[in-house]
Amino acid sequence: MLNYFKLIVLAIITLAAAMAANFAHDGAYQIHAIIIVLVAGGLFIHTLRHTNDAPKPAETGYMDGVVRYGVIATCFWGLAGFLVGTYIAFQLAFPILNLDLPWTTFGRLRPLHTSAVIFAFGGNALIATSFYVVQRTTAARLWGGNLSWFVFWGYQLFIVLAATGYLLGVTQGKEYAEPEWYVDIWLTIVWVAYLAVFMGTLIRRKEPHIYVANWFYLAFIVTIAMLHLVNNLSLPVSIFGSKSVQLFSGVQDALTQWWYGHNAVGFFLTAGFLGMMYYFVPKQAERPIYSYKLSIIHFWALIFLYIWAGPHHLHYTALPDWAQVLGMTFSIVLWMPSWGGMINGLMTLSGAWDKLRTDPVLRMMVVSIGFYGMSTFEGPMMSIRAVNSLSHYTDWTIGHVHSGALGWNGMVTFGALYFLTPRLWNRERLYSLSMVSWHFWLATIGIVLYASSMWVTGIMEGLMWREVDAQGFLVNSFADTVGAKFPMYVVRGLGGVLYLTGAIIMCVNLWKTVTSSPAKASDAVAVPAE
Amino acid sequence: MSKQDANNNEPPTTGHIWDGIREYDNPLPRWWLWTFYATIVWAIGYTIAYPAWPLISGATPGVLGYSSRADVAADIQRFADANAEVDSKLASVELAEIATDPELLSYAKNGGAAVFRTWCAQCHGAGAAGFVGYPNLIDDDWLWGGSVDEIHATISHGIREDRDDDTHYSEMPKFGEILEGAEIGQLVQYVLALSGQDNDAAAATAGQVLYVDNCESCHAEDGKGDRDQGAPNLTDAIWLYGGDAATLTATITNARFGVMPAWAGRLSESQIRQVATYIHQQGGGE
Repeated sequence: MLNYFKLIVLAIITLAAAMAANFAHDGAYQIHAIIIVLVAGGLFIHTLRHTNDAPKPAETGYMDGVVRYGVIATCFWGLAGFLVGTYIAFQLAFPILNLDLPWTTFGRLRPLHTSAVIFAFGGNALIATSFYVVQRTTAARLWGGNLSWFVFWGYQLFIVLAATGYLLGVTQGKEYAEPEWYVDIWLTIVWVAYLAVFMGTLIRRKEPHIYVANWFYLAFIVTIAMLHLVNNLSLPVSIFGSKSVQLFSGVQDALTQWWYGHNAVGFFLTAGFLGMMYYFVPKQAERPIYSYKLSIIHFWALIFLYIWAGPHHLHYTALPDWAQVLGMTFSIVLWMPSWGGMINGLMTLSGAWDKLRTDPVLRMMVVSIGFYGMSTFEGPMMSIRAVNSLSHYTDWTIGHVHSGALGWNGMVTFGALYFLTPRLWNRERLYSLSMVSWHFWLATIGIVLYASSMWVTGIMEGLMWREVDAQGFLVNSFADTVGAKFPMYVVRGLGGVLYLTGAIIMCVNLWKTVTSSPAKASDAVAVPAE
Repeated sequence: MSKQDANNNEPPTTGHIWDGIREYDNPLPRWWLWTFYATIVWAIGYTIAYPAWPLISGATPGVLGYSSRADVAADIQRFADANAEVDSKLASVELAEIATDPELLSYAKNGGAAVFRTWCAQCHGAGAAGFVGYPNLIDDDWLWGGSVDEIHATISHGIREDRDDDTHYSEMPKFGEILEGAEIGQLVQYVLALSGQDNDAAAATAGQVLYVDNCESCHAEDGKGDRDQGAPNLTDAIWLYGGDAATLTATITNARFGVMPAWAGRLSESQIRQVATYIHQQGGGE
């Protein structure tokens, strides 16, 4: 019965997408419609061929297949995102690399890079680890049967539609929310399914209490849904075209965008990844979490305060002074709640510091917490209006974002991938710990090069922009500041090369772990949920 | 702290275990808690001092009476007051006088440099050396004249700016619609000859006849151009769009129609005089 229902839905989608491809007003929309025809049509044929298959016996253990796919997708999109990032870093130093083609200009590759690392790499890491962690800490199998597979593949389709759209020039011009209306609708569907799987699993938990990692994951899923819906409210110009018009305009639109943009950082890159930290750090260190009280207080304080801090992205703009001041004060109060996560992570290692000498995976996690602490201090500092008047619009912001993204999100994800791969593929150990060490040092030095060159160039740029002579006349032209940044742009690009090289080493190491490491003798890893 | 010590002094746990993970029941770190309180107290104080809390028809203004717009306006006014005297003098004297008064000249050059960096560098380059299609302003070649008065007129009214009645206007015909392809080829050879480049002598001789009939009225008999019509000098090595055969063919076939905005109305008279003086002093001024 379910198969007939599936066939009807898939047939309708295929037909509707074929019609959309036929009536399309623009090429990008047409290509997207054809992609959907192929995906839905392929699924239709697959379902049809297997309609009369005998039903498979229900599985009862942990559902790890989708997590394994998530680990692979995380590695793949990570490499893609780092590669594009390194390339556009060199585009800024050597503009000839834009190649004079519309598809390869900085303006189109830049959202490709940011979305690939935040949503494709980070998003897949969050979905995969949340599926793994929620099962282990509730002792329950993922709820919803194949719904988690729908979440995984639906999310990949979202990434492909978003990425091809950027290259073809489709964008609604909102940072980190560039995909157009129909891609937004698809993501909403996928995200609701994700929430259902996660909540369903929590509800059927066998443990009496919900572990702190799951609070953070849940806050991330719920809040991202809300942010995504409100910031993407728009009216399509035509049902058969990619262009849409935003519901809000002017400063209201700007504030909505940065309420979204800031909390994408707050709930995607902070809360979600704190969920990751709260599981993998104590597991890898084999130590208890430092303080339960701290985890409660800093969770609620973080969740409550983050949502108000967005206006600090609009200092000295058309946004009224009162909103700027409120955004700034909430950002400063946010400092300690953010550091609560750092304290709980670092103090969990007390009594296990000696492991840092021998365990490069744990070292990676510790450095990620260090970068987390640094960026969550730097962020409130940069939200102070006087500091922001220097730092805003400069590369300092780029440096800040990357010390967070490369240092915190990247490193904690690498740690989780090193933790997960041997367990998911039932291997005795990682293929090579010395390769992990190489990855660790390449990534760390890469981040240091990146962040320090951006601090230098950002502060230089800010000082050059505001420099006036005794009579109040501007001293430097914008082009002068761009010219002065060249050496730092090259250093930044080299930092990216080191970081990318480290990630390639990791992927080789994980690949060899799956293919060449000895299998784990006992079957203790796959403890069934029942 | 060794493992043994840690085991002996274990703090109490909450008793929960998830997948082997336990939680200590440690209190909140004191320094963390007090710093958190301190930021809250500071935030309350700050929002009393500055505009912060939205009410029904506006926000609390803050006891310090701060406004970022008033701040900027005061900053600008401070310099405007300091420069008021020299600025009004600059706007009223004869243009030629500016270069003879050291105080005026220094003020005009500094101010003109700032105007140039803000409004002109996008096309003419930060060093004023131009790009393809955007004239170099530091050489001796001028399309519409290089005296300070002529530069001032060009900046004020622009070039082919349809919103300004006093703009410089001229239009080269698209000879692709008038001449045959072969004839354009001959003209190109003649222009190459005029500028002393390698050329096909026979074609150039044929091109000279076409030049006299079609081009001479603007570019002059000797090819040195006419500044009243903005017709460039074809005999030197300076080219706005390029002096090679391919570019010349494109230029003659499709013509060019370079546009510069009129700045009167967007910039003050004093600012236009500053930037005219700045350009005039760059090395090419006449």
